[in-house]
Amino acid sequence: MTDANKVINFLNPLGEWDPSLAFVMVGAICAHLATHRFIIKRPSPLFAAAFSLPTAAHIDRRLVIGAGLFGVGWGLGGFCPGPGVVSAAGFGPAALTFVGTMVAGMVIFQRLDRGDEAAGSA
Amino acid sequence: MIGLAASLLLLSIGRVAGISGIVGGLLQGTNADTTWRLLFVIGLVAGGFSIVAFMPSAIAEPDSRSLLAVGAAGLCVGVGTRMGNGCTSGHGVCGLTRFSKRSLVATLSFMATGFATATAVQLFFGGAL
Repeated sequence: MTDANKVINFLNPLGEWDPSLAFVMVGAICAHLATHRFIIKRPSPLFAAAFSLPTAAHIDRRLVIGAGLFGVGWGLGGFCPGPGVVSAAGFGPAALTFVGTMVAGMVIFQRLDRGDEAAGSA
Repeated sequence: MIGLAASLLLLSIGRVAGISGIVGGLLQGTNADTTWRLLFVIGLVAGGFSIVAFMPSAIAEPDSRSLLAVGAAGLCVGVGTRMGNGCTSGHGVCGLTRFSKRSLVATLSFMATGFATATAVQLFFGGAL
């Protein structure tokens, strides 16, 4: 996943398609699935008072459009957030550029979003 | 590895390992959750350094993308993951594991546009942009 070319080739079946990344994701889900249900059966995590899991259940335009926009960036640059941050340790110009503009995008959106909320509640 | 790291975070402090949420939370300023988020990000970067040291070929810059394209991609990813509340780790790995409908919809959405974008670059720009 830290090989941006591999990500781009995974997302482009018309080029030199490399479906191997799907196994990484399925493998991660299987590993997490194997332990997840035993963990959340515990009354609490080891070092915190309670589990803090997402509770939102509604599917709205914001979710679909946001995830869609993320996918556009993923296919355009070949990085998603985790591997982007990991790759930045290699000090490559693309990885550093990606993490820089990603952080900028997050800050910009969070500012705008907070502004909207404040305006909405006023 | 990713799945086990997510399990470890859930077992220790009961949190979902979504990278975009963890980074986004750090950027939001000071709150009680700063310590674990910061440690997690430091761990990612430390992981990056160990890849550089022991398996340098595993980190590769995109050969077929200009810095301008990568910069625009970062903006899309930054805005999109905060708007949609998650990325490949939070929605893709943790969300699908929890059988969350929201995460399934989000994963289908970013997979669809991810494939569409990389394929469009292939079709309309000869695979490089």
